[in-house]
Amino acid sequence: MHLDHADTYPPRHTYGATGLHRPDGTRRALRIGLGGPVGSGKTATVAALCRALRDRLSLAVVTNDIYTREDAEFLLRNAVLPPERITAVETGACPHTAIRDDISANLEAVEELEETVGPLDLILVESGGDNLTATFSKGLVDAQVFVIDVAGGDDIPRKGGPGVTTADLLVVNKTDLAPYVGSDLARMARDAEAQRGELPVAFTSLVAEDGVRPIADWVNARLAAWTAAPA
Amino acid sequence: MPTNETPPTPGDARAPAADGRPADGPDRARQWSPVGGAPGGVGALLVLADGRFPAGGHAHSGGAEAAVAAGRVHDAASLEAFCRGRLHTAGLTAAGLAAAAAAGLDPLALDDAADARTPSSALRATARRLGRQLMRAARATWPSPELDALAAARPRGAHQPVVLGLTARAAGLGPPDAAYAAGYEAVSGPATAAVRLLSLDPFDATAVLARLAPELDQVVARAADAARRALDEGPGALPAASAPLLDIAAEQHATWSVRLFAS
Repeated sequence: MHLDHADTYPPRHTYGATGLHRPDGTRRALRIGLGGPVGSGKTATVAALCRALRDRLSLAVVTNDIYTREDAEFLLRNAVLPPERITAVETGACPHTAIRDDISANLEAVEELEETVGPLDLILVESGGDNLTATFSKGLVDAQVFVIDVAGGDDIPRKGGPGVTTADLLVVNKTDLAPYVGSDLARMARDAEAQRGELPVAFTSLVAEDGVRPIADWVNARLAAWTAAPA
Repeated sequence: MPTNETPPTPGDARAPAADGRPADGPDRARQWSPVGGAPGGVGALLVLADGRFPAGGHAHSGGAEAAVAAGRVHDAASLEAFCRGRLHTAGLTAAGLAAAAAAGLDPLALDDAADARTPSSALRATARRLGRQLMRAARATWPSPELDALAAARPRGAHQPVVLGLTARAAGLGPPDAAYAAGYEAVSGPATAAVRLLSLDPFDATAVLARLAPELDQVVARAADAARRALDEGPGALPAASAPLLDIAAEQHATWSVRLFAS
């Protein structure tokens, strides 16, 4: 796995009730955004991450459904977290607006989760399925993961775009399907490296045993850097 | 933005100079200022009234989604009728509250007045949620002790028009400017939503807003006048126009499981 952005957590102020620190001086929860095209496996990744991390970390999830509460309900139905730890934000048909241009509703959701079920270690903010240009505002999340899949076409890393190029972690999901859809994983890895330079890429198959491990390891490393960062 | 509704400013700033050319100097500046002649300029009002101001409005349709589903809004003409009705009811009430907050009336008393003017509990919840989101944006853009005080007194959010008026005040704007921001929002939100909901031609939707502009001026004049009276008579002098169908539809909309907009 490659190096991360040099300046991992630049100082941010989101004008909310809580700044970077809680009243007791500890750092607030790390906020990680997950974006990517429709159907690439964002919700499945969030569910798998919750299962992998919930025993050791205090977790919560914000979903940004496009027109339903289905993503939130999927997480509830699969009981990956207690219901009070999952909040759905409505996005007025513009999921990218809610995570980038006007982040106020998502900030409200994040802070309410901290208030009601905190203290939290990690909050996952899942974007509604959107297009290859969707990215999270740095005012909302501390790091972002972009999830694509092999079935969406193995030329997506080559095409680049803000999500593929700038995300802190690029996930290429559903590697188990590659032989059936004619996707060339080695080519995807080469193209991703050409677009992203030193930024990390994880190839995952969530149907495999512990398939989310590469992402969970990355999240754990980010969390360690977050808690160790100077106050 | 001088209009027919603009009251003449003291000293009649519109009187031309003796040589027939337009008056120059401060009088001329006042002629081109918004109706209130407030210290804050039109620039601040444009920032505040911009649909891209990041205060959460993009996720709300102002009742348009329910009206579209019921078939009441289906084209540009029916959108115009919907927006006209909303402007003169919920829009007027919001404009009055915003103008009064900008004029310096106690925001907590105005928050109570807003509650009393919002019979739908779904719309009260929406107004407070949007008020809290606007408060966040307002404190970042125009920091002010008055905004801090209201945020501390209403941590779950005050009614959005009250926060809007106080934001205008923090930006140095006057009561009519606050009323303009509230009144315009009352029609621009549904128009934008209708473009997404009906795939309406965006030029037609914007033309609807342009046709409503003179009526927005009238609503602002009424709201500002009521706010002036409320300074002496209290919030009871503010408009309390309501639209029962908006209230009923909002209650129904809040129960839908599949929807594009939060309200």
